[in-house]
Amino acid sequence: MANISIKNVTKAFGAVQVIKGVDLEIRQGEFMVFVGPSGCGKSTMLRLIAGLEDITSGTISFDDKVVNALSPSNRGIAMVFQSYALYPHMTVYDNMAFGIKLAGSTKEEIDKHVRGAAEMLQITPYLTRLPKQLSGGQRQRVAIGRAIVRNPKVFLFDEPLSNLDAALRVATRLEIAKLHHSMGKTTMVYVTHDQVEAMTLADRICVLKDGLIEQVGTPLELYETPKNIFVASFIGSPKMNLLNGKFAAPYKAQTIGVRSEHMEFVSKGGWTGKVIHAERMGSDTYSFIDVGLAEPIIVRETGTSRHGVDANVNIAPLKDSVHRFDAVGKTL
Amino acid sequence: MKKSLFWNVLFYVFVVFIVLQAVFPFYYAVITSFKSGTDLFNISYWPRSFTLGNYTQVLFGGNGTFINNLWNSVWISTLTVVVALFIGTTAAYALARIKFRGRGLMLMTILAVSMFPQIAVLAGLFETVNKLGINGTGWSLVFAYTIFTLPFTVWVLTTFMRELPIEMEEAAIVDGASPWVIVTKIFLPLMWPALVTTGLLAFIAAWNEYLFALTFTAGNPNARTVPVGIALLSGSDSHEIPWGLIMAASVIVTLPLIGLVLIFQRKIIAGLTAGSVKG
Repeated sequence: MANISIKNVTKAFGAVQVIKGVDLEIRQGEFMVFVGPSGCGKSTMLRLIAGLEDITSGTISFDDKVVNALSPSNRGIAMVFQSYALYPHMTVYDNMAFGIKLAGSTKEEIDKHVRGAAEMLQITPYLTRLPKQLSGGQRQRVAIGRAIVRNPKVFLFDEPLSNLDAALRVATRLEIAKLHHSMGKTTMVYVTHDQVEAMTLADRICVLKDGLIEQVGTPLELYETPKNIFVASFIGSPKMNLLNGKFAAPYKAQTIGVRSEHMEFVSKGGWTGKVIHAERMGSDTYSFIDVGLAEPIIVRETGTSRHGVDANVNIAPLKDSVHRFDAVGKTL
Repeated sequence: MKKSLFWNVLFYVFVVFIVLQAVFPFYYAVITSFKSGTDLFNISYWPRSFTLGNYTQVLFGGNGTFINNLWNSVWISTLTVVVALFIGTTAAYALARIKFRGRGLMLMTILAVSMFPQIAVLAGLFETVNKLGINGTGWSLVFAYTIFTLPFTVWVLTTFMRELPIEMEEAAIVDGASPWVIVTKIFLPLMWPALVTTGLLAFIAAWNEYLFALTFTAGNPNARTVPVGIALLSGSDSHEIPWGLIMAASVIVTLPLIGLVLIFQRKIIAGLTAGSVKG
């Protein structure tokens, strides 16, 4: 239940500048995802919002109240950690109750909140167990439950799905999306390196690189109108095809980018190349075409492909779906 | 095959040798403590006579001096362990988790303190104890033992605390826990194995210590601990060394240590398996 306002925030560890001046407004009730390659500063940003690290300069405010000097618990945040970070010697119930117990709630209040959260996450049967008696997915639910019980204004997630296997990751992702809907007014900030998580969960995504924001926008804004090559190639799977030199020249750009679904096979003209591999996913086929560049061009077709390996083919981008970039990688 | 048999035999010969040389002195003390009279001076490796006379005389003779010594040893050692673990745990938290200038240097200094032989600091400690006005009391020994136990305690606990996941502490911080709550409610329950190990070693060190005990209690026989008491046991005249009594007293003094180790050995194993933090 808070607007988060980040103004010109920097963070240095010794001589190393990790966050180099970030301005960002996160609206109340919004699901904001920080995404970027490792070392881009996304986790540091989250920890600065949480108050686990001190800001070197700039201000962070919740609802116009500067929180720079407030401790994490006084900021009204709750955090879910990658490694769950449960207290191994306490039962699930005690894990979830620890925070509000310290805050001085009465027994009845604690019980009501813990059971409410447990009900919501379907972990009621495990309340008397110890963390070591739970599976990874159950532990992560407990960690989320512990955060819910604190009834936070801001909910922070630090790569919560990274330790789960693929199937569980998808299930827990849905779980978190549902949580966001049911806690409508709680602001959520989520850190991940996985652009699929970012695309599926976010109201808005903030792409970070080397301690600076590259672009902020809704998932589709980033997908359809990336501001630069970095965002264009980071968002979307498979990666956007990037071509330069003689391929880009007709478009009056240094580099052009075309997503795989915006490529098609043509009978003549376009770019000629040779199929080096085809990934048949059932619903789609991704053909990798060598056109003489360092990276093959990926072409998506729905269903199966009629082009076998080693076939010589002509491919062309769809009209109006070519992204053009200048010499420094900015979108033209 | 032949070679492996040879090595097998050699291995067990070696094992037997190690066990013998480790256990024999204590075994000899035990059988000697059951001997009486002139039998004491017959060297024999198997028990031939059996009497509890030495034990009754040590425990109930001499106006209860030995019982008094035992009681002194118990409270001094226990208090030493409590104080050392308390200071050790809180210091370990600071050294393991709080960044401050000179932390590494401090750790090295703490380790360096334990390198000095007791005799080197005896005079200085004696002065300190005199100034504090606790010379000749058990408190002086608690003071000295704590000083000598702390370097080890701090090092082991610091190492152990560093192994505890940082995220767990951060989760507690987010939950609103103060450093004191983190140490007592989160870390202490997880540190049982380390606490038991260091506590036990501190107890044994304090229990068996002789030099300080002799020096600081020289003026007050009532404050003597067991090792001093045993050394000063006297026979019927000054020329007789009462071996039987000494051995009986030694056995009595060792029993509590064996008991403690046996009790806490289970705790150590249980703690090690239950403390699995990761997974």
